[in-house]
Amino acid sequence: MSSHAAPATAAPKPWDIVVAGLIKENPTLKMILGCCPTLAVTTAAGNGLGMGLATASVLMFSNMAISMLRNVIPEKVRIPSYIIIIAGFVTVVMYVLKAWLPELDKALGIYIPLIVANCILLARAEMFAAKYKPLPSFLDGLAMGLGFTLALFSISTVREILGNGTWFGIVLTKNLWTPAVLMILPPGGFFAFGLVITAMNKLTNGKIEAPHCATCSPEDGSCLDLVGAKK
Amino acid sequence: MIASIVQQVVVTILTAILVENLVLSKFLGMCPFLGVTQKTSTAAGMGVAVTFVIVVTAGLAWVLNTTLLVPNKMEYLQTMTYILIIAALVQFVETVVRKFVPPLYKALGIYLPLITTNCAVLGVPLLNTSKNYDLGMCLVYSFGAGAGFTLALILFSGVRERMDRADIPATLKGIPSALFAATLVSMSFFGFQGLFQ
Repeated sequence: MSSHAAPATAAPKPWDIVVAGLIKENPTLKMILGCCPTLAVTTAAGNGLGMGLATASVLMFSNMAISMLRNVIPEKVRIPSYIIIIAGFVTVVMYVLKAWLPELDKALGIYIPLIVANCILLARAEMFAAKYKPLPSFLDGLAMGLGFTLALFSISTVREILGNGTWFGIVLTKNLWTPAVLMILPPGGFFAFGLVITAMNKLTNGKIEAPHCATCSPEDGSCLDLVGAKK
Repeated sequence: MIASIVQQVVVTILTAILVENLVLSKFLGMCPFLGVTQKTSTAAGMGVAVTFVIVVTAGLAWVLNTTLLVPNKMEYLQTMTYILIIAALVQFVETVVRKFVPPLYKALGIYLPLITTNCAVLGVPLLNTSKNYDLGMCLVYSFGAGAGFTLALILFSGVRERMDRADIPATLKGIPSALFAATLVSMSFFGFQGLFQ
């Protein structure tokens, strides 16, 4: 793999990293990574924002730690190593939330420990942290995390306003229309995500980037490549 | 006595398949749901492989959790233990199946590496822990969850095979149209809500 052959590659400029994370390569809206939390916890704007920030904080630190260890971790066991590092930071975030934000922790439930299985983290570890120095990796984690937060926040805003008539619990549509409860139920998750991706597609005039985990198809093997199993 | 156990088992399995479907109401395992549903045969293969891994990991996770983590007050290591079990087990299963059951490896082998980062496989042991099931119920629920996953994948692949031939506007091609189709499939499963009260 090329990731270890050239450890001294110059990292992209800070501004480019930020633009890529937020817009150009937005992990959720352009790469379609991490769909499970995107659909599951976006029933209220506050939950979407909380989930996004929790994931972002894990991503920043896991990226930095993996980058620091990039020359130590043997190539063959790199994926399990990355997963263990990520799981460590997820556990820290989980207990921080349990201690200081118990309501949010309750609302997000098992989706907090499930950050471990969010493909965004593994994808950034493999695509960025394994190649570049700790500081750019930290910034990449921050930018990608905020891009994820932005996506979750916009989807949960759409869902909460249409489905419950509120935004962060503030009633907005009192005498305007009856909220369509379907939007905060499971089918509404698929629908709102579809709407936001369509809008993003139309606005940026671009096709969605070749998605990695969403098309874990055995035929094209994109995800197989990520877990190092391609023959 | 036996009748009540049978009833409990049947209700748990049907609830896991229809009411709390892993994919369509809990949103676990979205990646394979969107990724390997272009063809019904691949969807079925993925479903069987995931069900198998879910049942084995959930059982193993339950044993380790109750014998090792809880008595030693190490619940904070749950997430890490579960993900390690999954990673190790997937490797192990792949090696064993390749050595001893080559036909099965030929059918399921390509799906196994993908399963390590599948949130459905990690989600089921976590759900079992939060529901405080005993070992028997844990295995029953895990089987039901896997069956629900398989059913959702097969149904959705049927929808997508038909969508292939539809005339869809360019902006909606691919992922957006798949998500809108998933809305309808999810809505149909929503009809099962409140089946067992």
